[in-house]
Amino acid sequence: MPNFIMSYLGSRVTPGEAGNQFWALMYVLIIFAGVSVAVIAMNWIERKALAHFQVRLGPMRVGPHGLLQPFADALKLMLKEDIIPAEADQFVFWVAPLIGLLTAFTVYTVIPFGPSQAVSDMNIGILFMLGVSSLGVLGIVVAGWASNSHYPLIGALRSSAQMVSYEVAMGLAVVSAILMTSMNEKGTGTLSMIGIVQAQQQQGVWFIFKFFPLGLLAFVIFAIAMIAETNRAPFDLAEAESELTAGYHTEYSGLRWSLFMLAEYAAMIAVSSIAVTLWLGGWMRPFPNLLKAPAWEFIFSLFPGFTFFGLAAIAFLGVARMPAHSFFKIQRIGLAVFAALLGFFALLLLVIAVAGRSADTSLAARFNEGIDYVYWFVLKVAVFMYLFIWYRATWPRYRFDQLMKIGWKVMLPISLGVLMVTAIVGVIVS
Amino acid sequence: MVPITTLHYLVVAAALFVLGVIGVLTRRNVVIVLMSIELILNAVNLNLVAFSRMWGNLHGQVFAVFIVVDAAAEAAAGLGILIAFFRNKETINVDEIDLLKW
Amino acid sequence: MNPAMNSALNSGMAPVATPFFFYLLAGLAVASGLAVITRRNAVHSALALIVTLLAVTGLYLMLYAPFVAAVQIFVYAGGIMLLFLFVIMLVNIERSSKERQFNRMWPVGLAAACALLALFVSAFAKGKALFPDRMMSLPESSNTQQIATMLYGEAGKMGQYTFAFEIASLLLLVAILGAVIMTKKKI
Repeated sequence: MPNFIMSYLGSRVTPGEAGNQFWALMYVLIIFAGVSVAVIAMNWIERKALAHFQVRLGPMRVGPHGLLQPFADALKLMLKEDIIPAEADQFVFWVAPLIGLLTAFTVYTVIPFGPSQAVSDMNIGILFMLGVSSLGVLGIVVAGWASNSHYPLIGALRSSAQMVSYEVAMGLAVVSAILMTSMNEKGTGTLSMIGIVQAQQQQGVWFIFKFFPLGLLAFVIFAIAMIAETNRAPFDLAEAESELTAGYHTEYSGLRWSLFMLAEYAAMIAVSSIAVTLWLGGWMRPFPNLLKAPAWEFIFSLFPGFTFFGLAAIAFLGVARMPAHSFFKIQRIGLAVFAALLGFFALLLLVIAVAGRSADTSLAARFNEGIDYVYWFVLKVAVFMYLFIWYRATWPRYRFDQLMKIGWKVMLPISLGVLMVTAIVGVIVS
Repeated sequence: MVPITTLHYLVVAAALFVLGVIGVLTRRNVVIVLMSIELILNAVNLNLVAFSRMWGNLHGQVFAVFIVVDAAAEAAAGLGILIAFFRNKETINVDEIDLLKW
Repeated sequence: MNPAMNSALNSGMAPVATPFFFYLLAGLAVASGLAVITRRNAVHSALALIVTLLAVTGLYLMLYAPFVAAVQIFVYAGGIMLLFLFVIMLVNIERSSKERQFNRMWPVGLAAACALLALFVSAFAKGKALFPDRMMSLPESSNTQQIATMLYGEAGKMGQYTFAFEIASLLLLVAILGAVIMTKKKI
């Protein structure tokens, strides 16, 4: 058995290429667990960050500093009464959240966490991701229709019109990034996600900085379009229309509503991964060509451990600042245990980093490399997640006609222009 | 088990084609007739791609891409006609779309 | 190295459990095709057609055609079916789901379709020699590049289908204009 594990870890291919079903299943389970943890963490961070932006504290009661709030929410949603509207179509009502959830989770098959850490590196990776995430619109439309009520139907049609309009600008921005992968000697680009990051590695530049300002413009267009694509602020007419009229998930209660929220957060993480892979260099650490000495490699490989040390230090600070009252005893103990767990994890990562710098083929070195790739990727995606929350706290909502005007009259011409200029510059330079 | 050959794919395509033809000939709802036409086009596509693999070149796949483009254009135009007609006569029943009968 | 993995690597792109997946996808496609033509509710029909399209996408992937599969998901399941669902919601009237849903002449239609099926079966049985059993496996990792070469041509010369590609884009433009003009309230 250890032989089996070692033999797989020694090969540098994805499980899809090796035809290895066991490891593919392992990766799928790890990704599923990771995305669930990420969604739970996102829920907590969103409530706390929004609260702090609005000069209040957010949930503080349920666990120490509200850390157990997402679990309480999940429990509440699971125990709520399951209401189905009277004349609604039962089968379609039940199927709609499943469509959204399935499409949101299927895209994780091709996300590259490292040069061989993807479930299956398809030849058409980026096309697959965009296509499957465009299937998510179907779930919204069907959910709005199945509720058999005016407001969800209008909300669903508006939301799907918005998503379809911004898909066009998103696709053109992606095409201009793919065009940049073909600026090598061979003259052919690639659509596979791992190939795109390796093209950035070969050309020695993140695509956001290539042909400045074209890469930056394409990235900005994609960043705006992905907010509209996931129905987040300031384009969140569908989900916050509960203040105005109602959204497509009005008639959904309890567990079904939580499936919609799970699908939305998973879609956010998925489109952020697309942005990170295409423009921000995927799993590469900063300055891989400028700071190439082994000492720099070692310093950058210490980053995961130090990040978790920082988190543990913040948690210990929280323990120290809690009032020394008997009412807070359980919270102090809970937060101290959490901080100790974080510190232990940080210690483990530091030990692996130190042990892995020696030889290149030992198990520790392999683990170290894998952890570094996954760490830089997840860090960049986490920055995007925080930006999502920041936008929600700061910007007012767009009206629907303003939204459609921006999608068709501003984003589409700019992305077409960026694509054409990128092509012209690419032909001139090569 | 018998290995999967081209004939298996052709049989599936023929089954989808016949189902589409039944849908076009017997349903009264115009939208479902249009959806059966999409079934027929899909069956043709599957046929083309299966033959493309049998012969080992990619002409069949390129033709399949063109058929998908064609199906998109035809669905848009057909549904536009349907909506324009629905605005005038308030029905989507093929039996009642008989304005040209004398 | 593990011998099981070795054999998988050596046999190239040999997929595992192929007959199982083929029968699963083919059965799903035919069953949901049946659901498309028999459901009373138009939205159920549309959802069944989406399942058919996804099953056919799986069959394309088994036939080493990843680009056609991606185009099918993107254009067909993500675009055309959304269009169908919008139109169904716009023209859905309660009266239509309570009426008789099959034509008065449905035995004739069914008989004609059965004749067509008999024609197909006889063609497959008699012409078995025309469909040889060899299935050449196409290289999958350069599928997109080869299709791009056929559509766009290489440096200096036009591809085989470049002209048809341009005509297809013109066709789409005409279809879009036609759909917009037909559905405007006043021209």
